[in-house]
Amino acid sequence: MTRKAFTLAMMTTAFVAPSAFAQDATLTIESWRNDDLTLWQDQIIPAFEAANPGIKVNFTPSAPAEYNAVLNSKLGAGSAGDLITCRPFDASLALYEAGHLTDLSDLDAMSNFSNVAKSAWQTDDGSATFCVPMASVIHGFIYNKEAFEEVGVEVPTTEAEFFAALDAFKEDGSYIPMAMGTNDQWEAATMGYNNIGPNYWKGEEGRLALISGEQKLTDEAWTAPYATLARWGAYLGDGYEAQTYPDSQNIFTLGRAAIYPAGSWEVSGFNNLADFEMGAFKPPVQAAGDTCYISDHTDIGIGMNAASENAEAAKTFLAWVASPEFAEIFANALPGFFPLSSAPVDITDPLAAEFVSWRDECESTIRSTYQILSRGTPNLENDTWGASVAAIKGTSSPEELGEELQTGLASWYAPQQ
Amino acid sequence: MNKPRFRWHILVFLAPAVIVYTAVMIFPLFNTLRLALYSRIDQERVFVGLENFRTLFFDPIWAEQFWNALGNNFWFFVIHMLVQNPIGIALAALLSHPRLRFAALYRSAIFIPTILSFVIVGFAWKLILSPIWGIAPTMLDWVGLKSLFAPWLGKEEYALTTLALVSVWQFVGIPMMLIYAALLTIPEEILEAGEVDGITGMSAFWKIKLPLILPSIGIISILTFVGNFNAFDLIYAAQGALAGPDFSTDILGTFMYRTFFGFQLQLGDPHMGSAIAGAMFAIILIGVCIYLFGIQTRMRRYQL
Repeated sequence: MTRKAFTLAMMTTAFVAPSAFAQDATLTIESWRNDDLTLWQDQIIPAFEAANPGIKVNFTPSAPAEYNAVLNSKLGAGSAGDLITCRPFDASLALYEAGHLTDLSDLDAMSNFSNVAKSAWQTDDGSATFCVPMASVIHGFIYNKEAFEEVGVEVPTTEAEFFAALDAFKEDGSYIPMAMGTNDQWEAATMGYNNIGPNYWKGEEGRLALISGEQKLTDEAWTAPYATLARWGAYLGDGYEAQTYPDSQNIFTLGRAAIYPAGSWEVSGFNNLADFEMGAFKPPVQAAGDTCYISDHTDIGIGMNAASENAEAAKTFLAWVASPEFAEIFANALPGFFPLSSAPVDITDPLAAEFVSWRDECESTIRSTYQILSRGTPNLENDTWGASVAAIKGTSSPEELGEELQTGLASWYAPQQ
Repeated sequence: MNKPRFRWHILVFLAPAVIVYTAVMIFPLFNTLRLALYSRIDQERVFVGLENFRTLFFDPIWAEQFWNALGNNFWFFVIHMLVQNPIGIALAALLSHPRLRFAALYRSAIFIPTILSFVIVGFAWKLILSPIWGIAPTMLDWVGLKSLFAPWLGKEEYALTTLALVSVWQFVGIPMMLIYAALLTIPEEILEAGEVDGITGMSAFWKIKLPLILPSIGIISILTFVGNFNAFDLIYAAQGALAGPDFSTDILGTFMYRTFFGFQLQLGDPHMGSAIAGAMFAIILIGVCIYLFGIQTRMRRYQL
């Protein structure tokens, strides 16, 4: 059996190899998005192949948790695919610095992206961009429309309204006001701190000031979100300390909770699970009329293996990924993952469209801890998880948390010393 | 006189075991220890001597995590010694009672969790103790003790003890089986001789059986020690690599895993990870040596 398969493999290679010298090329894509396999095979790849006869594309994903390790060993052994799906920030930067990814700064299509979109796949000085931004996720709150109508609560836009809404649900008692747990820790940081935070530190302004060392984690702008998180604890369900991420998802989609602090990646899953109408609102601002800031976090990019033998074909593919045509297909096939190109895209899913509409009203930023700041030990992102949980549980005061994080960051990050 | 022939067959018969053991155990062990002496600086692997260990023990950030993990590990071990082994011995004593009915059934039922995967045990207990869907709060409610329920796995002060008790539940079958086997080897004559002298019931257990099974208890203690200081799976399955809440369930195994392989945005550092693995190895080695030379050699043995 094995031998037969081996012979077959040899024969296929023998047939394919000569064709590589002709105009035809076969591109292989490495990815961790095995959830998206059918989407690539049924929609994205056929669309590309129709427009570019002569280039064949294979999408070969591996499991998300194993991706980094698998990719590293494949790159080391020289057996990695031509195109490489890029994790944001340091994981991909390390690949670029090790010479595994090609510098794509001179790709024309790069002009379709904003600087924030490109920041996840650039060298620290911004001189080289090595992956084409593919998708981002937006943070906000998903709510149960029927619950809001039943209890007679308006969709909040300011923080005061937000807590008034939570109070109303708590008083009514038929719904858990907000579905989130602290057992898995990351939700508290990702859907808590980095969701509401940008309104306090004014998005990119604060984030860049933190990187340059002009602001500190002990500043009011960085500790105030912890003070707000500390008020959340009272509105989470009983025993939220041991509530896991899937627990929270189930509680909300079963219709037992009114509000779910979310990332837009939940959209397609929730659409399948919930049988009530859902809406989304953006992180509430402090006072009506304030500029709003949203976390529009760069999540997926795609780059080129420096050792690829099909460099021309790979560049053709990357240019196409940067085009509005790809953006349109991708956004609608995978509602909740939003293309990053500046060209406007029509999104048909109402919930996803609501998320993406905030891009026009608000300033976009990315999660504060992802660029540069989580490079050393202690790891700022991991510490932020712990700090956000401590804030919600009320085991530490916001000032103590700021102090602790600042000490950790300053211990290895020169601009903060 | 003939020179004695070199006995080749000894080498031939030893070879497979030696080669396999060296390849999969001895070489990786020493290579890990060697890895701990290096560090990666600017894409280059550099020999740094004991620098990684200095960082681990004296750098305030690393040391705090290390001592926290070590302290948690000791607590994990203490719970096993205080709960698992006495219960195991008690169960074995009950099972070896000649008039107990359904002994085989109890024995299998208690032993079964031992053969379950950590992942299943971790996940099942997480569900049982879940404040939302779990049966633990419901069952406490039936007997009117709902107020005693707390989200144990989510509270810093209870999480580690809870997980240690879950582990005890899983592994109590091992000491039970070993002690049970030891109890069965005690000859009837000795017990009968004791009975003639008026030693019956509980005092027969304390005065005759317990001294005779002490060596087995020693072996169990050392197995528990090694097992607990190598533990990782249950914590990882139940609480994840960050061993929450707030590192309160972090033991050496999870600390090593997080450092070696990286976690989320934290990139893996095989060299520091190896240093932690080296420290674990040293701790276990010292513990085993203390037992072997300090306790085992002084233990009184009885010829049966």
